[in-house]
Amino acid sequence: MGTRQYVIRKIVQAFVTLLAILIFNFFLFRVWSPGDPVSFLTRGQGFNLSLEERAAVIEEYGLDKSTWGQFTEYMKDTFTGKLGVSSFYQGESVMAIFFRFLTPTLLLVGISTMISMVVGIWMGIRSGWRRGSKFDRGSMFFSLILYSMPEFWLGMLLLMLFSSQLGWFPVGGRVSTNVSSMGTLEYFTDVAEHLFLPVLTLALGYLGEFYLLMRSSLLDVLGEDYITTARAKGVLERNVLNRHAVRNALLPTVTLIALSFGYVIGGAITVEVVFSYQGLGLLTYTAIVAKDYWLLQGLFLFFSLAVIAFNLVSDLVYAYLDPRVREA
Amino acid sequence: MSGVEASRPSIDQDEPPVLEIRDLVVTFAGRIGLLSGLLGKEATSARAVDGVNLELRRGEVLALAGESGCGKTTTARAVMGLLRPDRGEILFEGKPLGRHLQKYRRRVQMVFQDPTGSLNPRQTIYEIVAEGLRIHKIHRGPAGETEEQLVARALTRAGLRPPERFFMLYPHELSGGQRQRVVIAGALALDPDLIVADEPVSNLDASVRGEILSLLLKLRDELRISILIVTHDLGLAWTVADRVAIMYLGRIVETGPAEEVLLRPLHPYTRALLDVVPEAGGIDRPYLTGEPPDPTNVPSGCRFHPRCPRVADGTSATYGVEALCRDEDLDLVELRPGHVAACHLANVDAEAATRTGSATATAEPNGQTS
Ligand SMILES: Nc1ncnc2c1ncn2[C@@H]1O[C@H](COP(=O)(O)OP(=O)(O)OP(=O)(O)O)[C@@H](O)[C@H]1O
Ligand code: SF4
Ligand SMILES: [Mg+2]
Repeated sequence: MGTRQYVIRKIVQAFVTLLAILIFNFFLFRVWSPGDPVSFLTRGQGFNLSLEERAAVIEEYGLDKSTWGQFTEYMKDTFTGKLGVSSFYQGESVMAIFFRFLTPTLLLVGISTMISMVVGIWMGIRSGWRRGSKFDRGSMFFSLILYSMPEFWLGMLLLMLFSSQLGWFPVGGRVSTNVSSMGTLEYFTDVAEHLFLPVLTLALGYLGEFYLLMRSSLLDVLGEDYITTARAKGVLERNVLNRHAVRNALLPTVTLIALSFGYVIGGAITVEVVFSYQGLGLLTYTAIVAKDYWLLQGLFLFFSLAVIAFNLVSDLVYAYLDPRVREA
Repeated sequence: MSGVEASRPSIDQDEPPVLEIRDLVVTFAGRIGLLSGLLGKEATSARAVDGVNLELRRGEVLALAGESGCGKTTTARAVMGLLRPDRGEILFEGKPLGRHLQKYRRRVQMVFQDPTGSLNPRQTIYEIVAEGLRIHKIHRGPAGETEEQLVARALTRAGLRPPERFFMLYPHELSGGQRQRVVIAGALALDPDLIVADEPVSNLDASVRGEILSLLLKLRDELRISILIVTHDLGLAWTVADRVAIMYLGRIVETGPAEEVLLRPLHPYTRALLDVVPEAGGIDRPYLTGEPPDPTNVPSGCRFHPRCPRVADGTSATYGVEALCRDEDLDLVELRPGHVAACHLANVDAEAATRTGSATATAEPNGQTS
């Protein structure tokens, strides 16, 4: 039926997007890149390479082949996880670096997104249901301020207040250097202390979006005749809200949730830089500053992959929740 | 309106009314901008419904008609207990709503204009029709039917056959007419005594309007359900209604049996509305000039006077009622048996008719020429 076709179509679309990004990546980093591809790809080392070493690089990445030949080589490498080595990290493989920096970012952005999602949706429901109440006006004001404030600015304010002035939290980093034994309670609290301010910053930054979307979507739904019908039939107010209104109003939020998770791994560059938090955001920043192209290319690919994957998830969840979409 | 014929079975006038609306007033607080508030302006509240009286008997179809914004929907919502009236009462079988609201909700059902909007897109047809039963904890029908049998019967009565075929479908999989039938099935599942239908066919294709209207009439005939149907279409009122109530700016200005009101209208406003109905022999002559009515600013005297053609053409002056038209608010007066209107000019005419002893006086001062 329609459902299967819809799912297949969405998966095909995701693959086409991925392919387009791979092609773009290839041209951006191999074909259009300025100058000698060898020194470009091995920046920082390229000029010091011996002739043999140059030949090895050319051989390894198939740089002597035609564009088409290079492309097939590139695709093969990409799909086998051979993403090159970082010049900044002295030859460590891009894949390994990525996974080293992934966990802290997942922790930071994952926790922040969860918090702002739960709190924002809860506030949005309460606000929309009691439109015009003190709570509604208060949270509207609060959210608009947060929504319009740049994250790095909020981060710097919190950093100045709670770390520099009050000294409650460390000024940055992911874990203190003197705490080494992983898995102990001491290590755990140390990591949590380092996480607190960046998580707070990001959670506050994301909050407004969830809140505003949930509130307006609930208000839309509350104006629908099926809500009035439910009331006229005698559905209790509590159930009007939970069974009819929220269930439908959550639909647009599902998309936002999935997309936010798509941005989780690349999403926190400014905050990670402000708090010197060693995650993928800071890594990206470092790679840009160091012109580490292999690393950048890998990161670019991972970020795109995450966005495409969560887009797909969002489409599929939406179709599961909303029977109308499957037919569309 | 082809294919639909009101059979108009006799309605027992001695039986107490199923529904009684007494002196209903509903106002909406005006919204006031920040700036106007600072400048000390006061919000003007809108009197959407301003003293409505209506009665509906068992098995009767009453059409509530009038221009857009005259307060039809607001009246209907007040009848459904969906908003709190500022004044007045709604009586169901002689008892005021309020304490018995939940019981009342079981017996009075609503049908809206837009069937798509009235169906929760995430519920199946079965869930939609069964919802009323579940809310009111009806696990068995009067003859011991299961929930599934009750749902199937409601769907069948609403003309969706075979009912099982619709159980697992979602509203978007049906046509507009079918959706409206689902809405009606949802109402029928609870065996209602009264259905309030707010423009139930205006959003449907012309081809299915007749079907839905005949369905409503069939329910009236077979199940003796009373129907309050809100419409701006007098042609539709003529087709389905036993009685018609004409509403203008929050008030009923004329009520009576459908033939009476639509064939021998007493109120100049009704006349003006009829002028644009092709079925009633109206032609496209300009009608109802002047500003559209504004419930935040109800005119003095007869609320229709700023737009009344009888005032504009001097008829009301000729008959010496112009001052009354402008200054004297008035109630409905029974001018013919069962036919009431609120018009100074019609009052004068009726008096003249009684004086000359003619029971069938033409409404000549009102400008009727037929
Ligand atoms: N919730 C509301 N808040 C403020 N004003 C309202 C509200 N609902 C209705 N009104 C106003 O009350 C008046 C009557 O509206 P109502 O919807 O009852 O008219 P109607 O006769 O049903 O019109 P239509 O034929 O367009 O449906 C209008 O002037 C409208 O603007
Ligand atoms: S009372 Fe006067 S203004 Fe009102 S409808 Fe009758 S003639 Fe017109
Ligand atoms: Mg209306």
